[in-house]
This record gives sequence, C-alpha cells and structure tokens, in this order.
Amino acid sequence: MAQMKAGSREALPRIAAEIRQSVIESLAEAGSGHLGGSLGLADVFTALYFSMLKHDPAFPQWPERDRLVLSIGHVAPVLYATLAHAGYFPVEELLTLRKFGSRLQGHPGRNHGLPGLELSAGSLGQGLPVAVGMAIAGKSDQKSHTVYAILGDGELQEGSVWEAAMAAAHHHLDNLVAIVDRNGVQIDGKTEEVMQLEPLTDKWQSFGWQVFSCNGHDFDSILNALHSAVTAPGRPSVIIAHTVMGKGVKSIEGNYQWHGKVPTKEQAVDFIRELYPQKPGLQ
Amino acid sequence: MNLNTFNNRGNRPTKSGFGEGLLEAGKRNPLVMAIGADITSSVGANLFAEAFPDRFISIGIAEQNGMGIATGLALEGKIPVFSTYGVFAAHRAADQIRVSVCYNNVHVIIGGAHAGVSVGPDGATHQALEDLAVMRVLPNMTVLSPCDATQTKLATIAAIEQCHGPVYIRFGREPMPDFTDDSKPYAIGKADTLRQGSDLTIAATGHLVWEALMASETLQSLGISAQVLNIHTIKPLDKETILRAARETGAIITAEEHQIAGGLGGAIAELVAGNLPVPMEFIGMNNRFGESGKAENLMEIFGMKSSMIVKKSLLLVERKINNK
Repeated sequence: MAQMKAGSREALPRIAAEIRQSVIESLAEAGSGHLGGSLGLADVFTALYFSMLKHDPAFPQWPERDRLVLSIGHVAPVLYATLAHAGYFPVEELLTLRKFGSRLQGHPGRNHGLPGLELSAGSLGQGLPVAVGMAIAGKSDQKSHTVYAILGDGELQEGSVWEAAMAAAHHHLDNLVAIVDRNGVQIDGKTEEVMQLEPLTDKWQSFGWQVFSCNGHDFDSILNALHSAVTAPGRPSVIIAHTVMGKGVKSIEGNYQWHGKVPTKEQAVDFIRELYPQKPGLQ
Repeated sequence: MNLNTFNNRGNRPTKSGFGEGLLEAGKRNPLVMAIGADITSSVGANLFAEAFPDRFISIGIAEQNGMGIATGLALEGKIPVFSTYGVFAAHRAADQIRVSVCYNNVHVIIGGAHAGVSVGPDGATHQALEDLAVMRVLPNMTVLSPCDATQTKLATIAAIEQCHGPVYIRFGREPMPDFTDDSKPYAIGKADTLRQGSDLTIAATGHLVWEALMASETLQSLGISAQVLNIHTIKPLDKETILRAARETGAIITAEEHQIAGGLGGAIAELVAGNLPVPMEFIGMNNRFGESGKAENLMEIFGMKSSMIVKKSLLLVERKINNK
C-alpha cells in the first residue's frame, strides 16, 4: 500500500481554496447545512489530509493509517470535500450532499458506504470518547498510528468531552491528538456569552493534556502545532486552532449566523469569487 | 408436568452467570475486552478483570464515556463488554448507545446489571424498570433477558461470540433459582417452551420465569392448563413461538420485572394485536418507581410473584371465556 504522498507546502493554499469552493457549491446545491464551520476548518483539513496524515485514499481501511474522528459531524461538508479532493471518491458526488440515497449524509453516516469515514456522528460530545477507545486499542496492539479528533469549541460545553479528556490522560494516550475549532462562536452567539469556556488552555492542562495553539489559517502554524502534538510523549495532546467562522468569504467571516445557514446559488457564485480575489477570469 | 422436572440447583444471582460467561468468552478470544465503571465486582466483571488485567479498562464513574470507548474499541476490531447498572446504561448513556453504538452498528455488549425491584434496599434510583423499553426500541439492538444464572452464562457467551452488532443483556443482583438445563444450546431469538398448555400462555422473562412455572403448578391444581414460555430474547422476539401459543391457547399473560408499559408486555401486545389478537394480562410494575425493601418482599408487594400470576391468569381465562 502506498501512503498518499504529502503535498508540497506551496500547494496547500490552492488546495484549500478548491476545498472551500466545493464546500460552497455542495451546500448551495443541498439547500441546507452548515457553511460557517465548514469554511473555517478548510485549512486545518487541508493540512491534515494533504500533509500530515498517514493515509491512502485507495485503501481507506489501511490498518496502519492515522484515524481522524470528526466529532462535530455538522461540518461534514468540509470532511467530504477534503476526502473527495484527496481521491477517496469523485468530486462530482459532492453535489449529492444531503439528498435521499446519497452516501453523503447531512451528518456522517458510515452505513451509507462513503469511504474515509471513521465514525457516524453528529450528537456533540461523542467523538472524543470514541477516539479514546481507538487510541486504547492502538496502544494495546502496540501500533504506531495517531488518532485525531476534531472538536468544536461550543462542543466543549458537553460533559462527556471532559470524561474522555480525563480518561485519555489517565491512560497516557500520547497517540491521541484533539483539535479544537476555536472560532469563538456557536448558535446562540459568542461562546463566552453563551457559556464561558475560558480559561481553556488551563482546563486542558489541568486535565493532564499537553496544549498547543495555532493560527488555524496559517499552514506553517498549523503544521508546527501538529508536529509538536504528535511527538509529545506520555500525554495526549490538544491543539487549540484559532479559526474564523466562514473564513475565505470575507463578507461572512466571523458572523455566527452562518453556523447553520447555506448560500443560495446566486450567493454561492459571489462567495466563490471572493475565494479567488486575484482571479480576474471569474468576474 | 411436575415442577420437579425443573430442579432448583440452588439460588444464584444471574450476575454470576454474566461474570462466568464473560470470563469463558475472554479465555477463548483475545479480542474480548471489558470496561469497568467503578462497580466492576457489583456487575460481575471482576473475574475477567482479575484474569486479564491487560484487557480490562478502568474508566471510573463515566458511563457516557464508557459507551464511546466501547465504540472506539469495536471499530478497531475488539469485542468490548461494558457492564454497568441497567439504569445508567439505559438512561444516562442513552444518546451514546443510540448514536455511537447503534447508529454505527458496532459489536458492543452492554451488560445491564441490577434489573428490577429485586435489587432491594438501594431503592428506586438503582432498580432498572424501564431499560427493556428503551433498549428494544433502538434499531440494530439485540436485547437478552435470561432467566437464571446458568442461562445468563450461555446468553453472555452467545452475545459475545454469535452476534455482530450491539447487544444489551439484562441480569439481576439477588440470588434466584437456578434451574435451566445447560446441556441445551442457547439460541438467541428462540423462546423456550417450558411447559405445554391449552388454556392460556404465561410468557415470562428473567426472574419471573421461575414464578411463572410455580404459577402453572398452582393453576394445574385448579384445573387450568397453562403453557409457559421463557422469552429470554426480547428483541428479536420469537414471533413464531408466541403466535403459535396465541393460536393454541387464545390468551396470553406476560410477566416481567419491568414497567408494564414498553417492555415484554408491550412487545408481545404489538405482535399479537397485529397478527392474532387475543385477550392479554400484564404482570409488571404499574407506572411507578420502586423503593427500598427486601427483594422477596418487594416482588410480592409489586405483584411480581407467582400468586399474582395465578390471580391474573384466572381473570384472563374468565375474560377469554366471556369473550366467546
């Protein structure tokens, strides 16, 4: 099995833009879904699937692969777009998102057969416990792969996340890396107004985790944090990735109301134009 | 039939059967792992934990996390067995069982300990009376409710070795009659016809199967022939056997250490009403919580002993006759 070759560092911004375009197009076609968080995580997903992760799109079940558990199932569009651009399934299939009979369910559903999905998820707080179970199995079998879990910051309000955090430290799961999409917003508004999360770094540290931070839109920052997290021994690691909801489409960046909203097809054309500010051909 | 054909070899808690079954399955298959949420001995997993410490994962008082960990282990090819009290499995971890375990359709075995009012002095919070209703309504879930320690051991091994998706297996705390024949293989989904009969059917599960047998003896002496079924698999229900009994006897009384609503009684009522409607009576908890007391007394007070089965069976037979 040939592991997917890591893309060049220079290619990552272009790939991320293509993934963002696919996210916008698939959601506009679907007519419902979660645009803001999906756009916000596009750079992190690009860095993971095109540089960091040990994986093989031609062999999704490769036993030695790194596992990526998407706990915030609602940002499925960015996972789907990333998997498609990485070669797990045709990019055209992205337009079937949320339609009856599609392999691309609104929140990931493995039972519909889409390759590359580690977990059917969507109810918040469940991904990290599952990732802990996977990491325990990995340690038990003395495997060398890493288990990643993508969490939302609002999601950290669910108690089950902290049960898992406690267990991960207790069981010394240094093959586990959590990534928190710290965009500071949730459905009812700013996280700090809805239910205060800060001091967040302190919380993870007190639970026994190694904490790293990165700018979720700067590939060097993301990759440095990932490399540090993966090599930190003896303890699980968490990366607080500072992101902006809706990143890439300036007109909606930072606006929490785009958590669960999608563009109309007309808006989609404008949003895609905003992704490529230097491309006159799209005017 | 003579109750002597069902010989009580001596009272044992069904949780012991679970513990022995888990240990035996664990000896046979290195993929079997157990998760302990602080009550390891109380739920019968201590034998396994002592024998295979490397395959026992302590998670503390965190049942939601436990179901997630079980899911992660199962996705990696392990066979995780997570036993906690039925009340915590069915209610605290309900969402995790629904989404992580059932929607992902992973082979996770959930042990639901402390079933029914026979839990005794701990009282209402710890007496599982709604767990069958919650578990049987979940897609992909298999629900087992064995009647004694011997059957619980076989059911546990079957759940681990034969099933492919989620399984919930319910068992109790109090020593109860141990009487089933362990030379007969345990077949998931195939109810045991313990006694033939023609006037009515007593379809019982768990601890109330012995009570049903005793009731059938008393009914015999009153000239009433009661068929007795041990419904050890609540889901999938053995439709063939139950409908055969409905056809043969024309009346069914169900008996469970569970709310009347939603458990065995509900499942059989659904089946029968849709296929072969017959008058029914229900033995179980009547829409209230349990309370502290001695196991034997609580079962008596809440109408779960053979005397109540006899009383309601007589009413049922009368209704059946009057309906004609």
